[in-house]
Amino acid sequence: MMKVDPAKKWSGPMRPYDLVKEIVVAIVVIGLLACGLAALFSSPDEKAVTLKSWVTAAPADFAQVATGELAGTTGSAGYGAPYNTAAKGQHFGFIKLQDWAGVRIPINPANSFVVEPLLISNDATAIAAVNTWKAATADQRGKWANAYEGALTKAGDKTTLPDPNNSFGPVPAMIDGLSMMAASGALDGALLTSDSTLPTNFTKPMLFLADSDGYFGALATKQHLGGDQWGVMNETGSWPGQSWLWLFSFWYQIDPFKSSDNADTIIMLIMALLTLALMFLPLLPIIRRIPYKIPVHRLIWRNWYRSPASKQ
Amino acid sequence: MSSQSWTGRARRATLEKFKPEDLLPEEQPAYVASWVYVFGVATIAALVMLIASGLVLTLNGPAWWHTSSVGHYVNSVHLWSVELFFVFMVVHLWGKFWMAAWRGRRLATWITGVVAFMASIMTAFTGYLIQTNFDSQWIASEAKDGFNSMGIGAYFNALNTGQAILLHVSLLPLALGGIVAWHIILVRRKGVVPPIDNDVTIEGSSK
Repeated sequence: MMKVDPAKKWSGPMRPYDLVKEIVVAIVVIGLLACGLAALFSSPDEKAVTLKSWVTAAPADFAQVATGELAGTTGSAGYGAPYNTAAKGQHFGFIKLQDWAGVRIPINPANSFVVEPLLISNDATAIAAVNTWKAATADQRGKWANAYEGALTKAGDKTTLPDPNNSFGPVPAMIDGLSMMAASGALDGALLTSDSTLPTNFTKPMLFLADSDGYFGALATKQHLGGDQWGVMNETGSWPGQSWLWLFSFWYQIDPFKSSDNADTIIMLIMALLTLALMFLPLLPIIRRIPYKIPVHRLIWRNWYRSPASKQ
Repeated sequence: MSSQSWTGRARRATLEKFKPEDLLPEEQPAYVASWVYVFGVATIAALVMLIASGLVLTLNGPAWWHTSSVGHYVNSVHLWSVELFFVFMVVHLWGKFWMAAWRGRRLATWITGVVAFMASIMTAFTGYLIQTNFDSQWIASEAKDGFNSMGIGAYFNALNTGQAILLHVSLLPLALGGIVAWHIILVRRKGVVPPIDNDVTIEGSSK
């Protein structure tokens, strides 16, 4: 068997090769393949949702979530960095990257999603309610919002409730006003343009929308996009998604990760470690020997190994 | 004139390292004859299709494809090109693993290939973020938690569509193009790794 040093230039037999022809043929063939697949299977385009479509399709869910923003019980309200200090965020042991990064995109959901939009509305009743809200103590606001959120949750599909005991304060009027604002489409604009008049940043409306499990989350589950449905690598409909993220998605399907409050941190760290391992795989003692122990290379180079030239 | 100028050093470190016949060869070692070798060039061909279809999409803005049948078709070509790109790239990567293609001081070639794979994943990810449809909304809302959990969510804000658009059409393609170019140059400079059974540095591999 011919023996060569792989670090040195090959001095054995050669074969004709046309690099430019190969790349041109490849581009033509792959180009035709991509164009053909596009013509045959097209691509998905599930329409984007808005705060308007949310309140129209699920008004009770909208009212409950909006009240939750005032009560501080939603995902956004209790998120932590980079939006607020309501929580320490995810961590892995002593590694608290989320907390260490600090509040960089300050958002107070009660103010940003409810109070401030209402103040620029034309709804005098809602504005009066907001002024009552702002004049109250934090403790009083919490009591009103928690009481109304509890009542709405108990009522199920109601979008507004009477207040015979005067325990909800201005909250029902605020939520009614916000629902009307959302139904008109004005709330989408208000949240989007609160920081810039010509925006490309959807952080505020998306955070508000993402607090809705009953509408936004339910739509995603229906499209098999949930975290426990391999959603990281799925696409809407039956189209292939980011299948190359299968390993990233895999961890979310199994314990202890899927039930961990710190799943994102742990899985991101695992994937970072595995990426480094792949990058430096040629230096890993056991793994780098696998190609020698399992001789798939005999299949790859079978024509060469059969040729007399390889044995000279 | 022997020059210590930056230009002279740059020339000696780049152009003078390569022979024209290595960069654009008309012959290869006789062992370079396997279907596995097709997947490297197929990956590059899919990348060319990705860039071409992506450039057409940029001409009319990120929302064009929602309202135009031509735009939707170009978007479909872009989608299927990325699917083909990753299939070819993964097969290429597996092929190079089973060939132990890092042998003969080719570690940098392997590493640049893995970095290109990672850059491709990030580029594709930002592409999914800028679809401006429900899928992109959901991906953004989920991905933000991953980035926030690592303390980088304020710097790469998945909910900031404008940032994702700029990353997808400028910084990430430039980075990917650069690393792919470096990878290809290393392949051409080092040559294609010889078969394992012919490798004098591997004990017991020839039986």
